[in-house]
Amino acid sequence: MDAIIIENVSKSYGEALAVADVSLSIRVGELFGLIGPDGAGKTTLFKILVTLLLPDAGRATVVGRDVVRDYKDLRQRVGYMPGRFSLYPDLSVQENLAFFATVFGTTIRQNYHLIQEIYSQLEPFKNRRAGQLSGGMKQKLALCCALIHKPEVLFLDEPTTGVDAVSRKEFWDMLRKLNERGLTTLVSTPYMDEADRCDRIAFMQTGRVLAVDQPSVITNRFRKPLFAVRAADTYRLIQDLRQAPFTESCYSFGEFLHLTVRSGGVTDLQIGQYLLDKNHRNIEIQPIQPGIEDTFMALMNQPEPTA
Amino acid sequence: MGKAVITNQLTKKFGDFVATNAITFDVEQGEIFGFLGANGAGKTTAMRMLCGLLKPSSGQASVAGFDVYRQSEKIKQNIGYMSQRFSLYEDLTVRENIRFYGGIYGLRRAEIPAKTDQILAKLGIESVANSLVAALPLGWKQKLAFSVALLHEPKIVFLDEPTGGVDPITRRQFWDLIYEAAHQGTTVFVTTHYMDEAEYCNRVSIMVDGRMKALDTPAGLKTAYGVDSMDAVFQILARGTSTK
Repeated sequence: MDAIIIENVSKSYGEALAVADVSLSIRVGELFGLIGPDGAGKTTLFKILVTLLLPDAGRATVVGRDVVRDYKDLRQRVGYMPGRFSLYPDLSVQENLAFFATVFGTTIRQNYHLIQEIYSQLEPFKNRRAGQLSGGMKQKLALCCALIHKPEVLFLDEPTTGVDAVSRKEFWDMLRKLNERGLTTLVSTPYMDEADRCDRIAFMQTGRVLAVDQPSVITNRFRKPLFAVRAADTYRLIQDLRQAPFTESCYSFGEFLHLTVRSGGVTDLQIGQYLLDKNHRNIEIQPIQPGIEDTFMALMNQPEPTA
Repeated sequence: MGKAVITNQLTKKFGDFVATNAITFDVEQGEIFGFLGANGAGKTTAMRMLCGLLKPSSGQASVAGFDVYRQSEKIKQNIGYMSQRFSLYEDLTVRENIRFYGGIYGLRRAEIPAKTDQILAKLGIESVANSLVAALPLGWKQKLAFSVALLHEPKIVFLDEPTGGVDPITRRQFWDLIYEAAHQGTTVFVTTHYMDEAEYCNRVSIMVDGRMKALDTPAGLKTAYGVDSMDAVFQILARGTSTK
């Protein structure tokens, strides 16, 4: 069963096409990731789904409610955490939470069990104004406020942007726990490495969906031979590899370069010989399996999306 | 080679809170220096001191050969700075931004047109020279902002999370620009939350609760902590600290 159904949704701002004919289904109970850089259309799509924007074309439902026709009913059933901090900075932690509970016709006490684990970390600061909290605590409070009315679907728009690598891991652990209790979750992120934390993902780029599937299935679509290459002088290595006749693309990946070669075959030995001829030293070359980021970049480079 | 940055027990307190706690390190001229740490670890405070924007509480520091206490104006003239939050004026065109920053950085009026053409050609954005910056894709803005930060050919450029949110290809093109600048002798001082980018640095420092907990080459850090990625090093060092 599908919790969210998106059918041919488009949205433009003036001449800029933000979401271009997007169709997607998110199943009940899924932790689904919308992965893409700034400008991919993630936020616009979120706003359409939580009834804050009207689509120009297409239709969408969330838990069976139409995003245009049934917007009032729909709003009761979803929790939404926008990308920008949107709580009341002049209200205290507790006042913010009580406010959101009241707006949705419930009380903190009634649904406390839903947020207990997260809110307990905030309780020592419950009288502090929300505007005075650190980034990590603001994020936790925003999550509590989005959960307090017991939503059926949770929408999190870039909850980890600008957050350090340790806190990002903790946040995803928290999401997984919530999800295990049956909460359908749609989360967007520009960090490719977070794709692996999702049941399924959709890659988005300039308003379009490039691919939808389980992370491991998506990486299996990468067909071209891929090598990790390293040598003493990285700067020169990139220049030389990009000019090599066998190279399709060459990008930095941590301490290695990832080299995609044209299909039809060059071996690691031949690459090695090419680099030796260019006087590189300490050369290391190994064939590797593509990761999420390799795959996204390959899909980005295709002229027409094949979603 | 000279030092682009020298600090000795550099400290900043806000009331009782020690944001940056006695950090001591040097950055070599032409080095790509990664400045890592969890949110709230004190990176921004330290960077603001090094850029001459904030007076330290104690300790010493010099940047591009100038003292942070006495020569903060000199520092500002001799560094480049770019952050994700503030870089270009959205309501000015690409050309106007370059002209504006050229003026700010003290370029002579006659130099600016040639510099402008050079930047436009290098980034391949001649076609949008007269478009408002607001209309550019984020990745283009970031690359332009970086080029603008180098307009006056500073000895050192500070980059505060320059690649946040940009797509993976643009992110790498951005690092190509960083490599190129470093290759030409510019020191690059960079913060990032992408741990793969930490691997691109010559040396990486990791701040934890105001202190500099580690400083070495990526390879040295991985060996020291017995792990195979900078992400793992970061998780070991930064874990257990509060992210409040």
